[in-house]
Amino acid sequence: MTVAPDQQAGALSRRLLYLLPVVLFLAVAGYFLAALWMNRNPQEVPSALVGKPSPDFALGPLLPNVPGVARADLNGSVVLINFFASWCVPCRAEHPFLMHMAADASLPIFGIDWQDKPDAARAYIQELGNPYARIGLDQSGRTGIDFGITGVPETFVVGRDGRICFRQWGPVTDEDTAVALLARIKECRG
Amino acid sequence: MKGGVMCFHHDSPAKAGVQGRRRGGGKAKAILAALLLLATASIAHTVEPSEMLADPALEARARAISQEIRCVVCQNQSIDDSAADLAADLRRIVRERLVAGDSDDQVRNYLVARYGDFVLLKPPMKPKTWLLWYGPPAIFLLALAAIIVYFRRRRGVVLAPKPLSADEAERLQSLLAGDGQSRDPV
Repeated sequence: MTVAPDQQAGALSRRLLYLLPVVLFLAVAGYFLAALWMNRNPQEVPSALVGKPSPDFALGPLLPNVPGVARADLNGSVVLINFFASWCVPCRAEHPFLMHMAADASLPIFGIDWQDKPDAARAYIQELGNPYARIGLDQSGRTGIDFGITGVPETFVVGRDGRICFRQWGPVTDEDTAVALLARIKECRG
Repeated sequence: MKGGVMCFHHDSPAKAGVQGRRRGGGKAKAILAALLLLATASIAHTVEPSEMLADPALEARARAISQEIRCVVCQNQSIDDSAADLAADLRRIVRERLVAGDSDDQVRNYLVARYGDFVLLKPPMKPKTWLLWYGPPAIFLLALAAIIVYFRRRRGVVLAPKPLSADEAERLQSLLAGDGQSRDPV
């Protein structure tokens, strides 16, 4: 007594159908687990500007001997734009990394002092040193909003073509983040 | 360690708050209007009197837009609800754009260009979000179809049993004939 092959296949597919909820559950659970393990920071909003031309801006200088920053200063070479503020604690933590980058002189770093009091910002630079080739004063915070920043520090790598190539969200205070940023800068250089 | 640092990522400048308060100073009319609004509003909101537009129609449009814009600092609040400095800045931008003659969509697009779709509390309908919008109804319809098929089949089985196979018919015949051959010995 044998069962017809198509009947057997039908029974098998029905059995697989019973397994479907289990498979679906495992897929969803696996996705959630992976999301937990990915170490993604939910606070970090993906930048809408990556790949797009830098917004237009022209900011006056903070210091008498350091020029301000404008969109026109971005053309031709890869630059770093670092949004900072004197009231921002993580900016202070990040500052040694910026000083190190400046000493390395591999690319110009432009600073944008965001929603800050100029006096406090000048004291901040005087105390910690100046890693910036140019510093623009963005007291209204509008340039920061044009760049889509959600706080400080945020750092943008702008390519030779004036397009934003990468956005670093939050401070660079550990080696992993620094190495990752340097790798992205290298990619942006092409 | 990393989390601790991140908490300070959105340090708020004291300046913004001071400025807001200073501007709110003399305008008794605006304050009165705000009090009236507060009295009628059923939900708490953080729009400061100094931020409000004189034109009630424009202000109403600004409020409606603001309620759909996510505060990118607090993330689970609209900029209309949030007390964050950046939310106040975005509220001001919404009003500026409206005064400049932008349509509601133009105002939304202005913010989306800077902060991406994330800034909209209601995700827009586009191929990338089809799964999000159509997924739940699709799963519901699938489940409904599965239930219907299940009950139909079960009813079908009850009403029309499968005809006996040749083996079964033969066995039945022998049982009815009572020769006992197919029976197991007890």
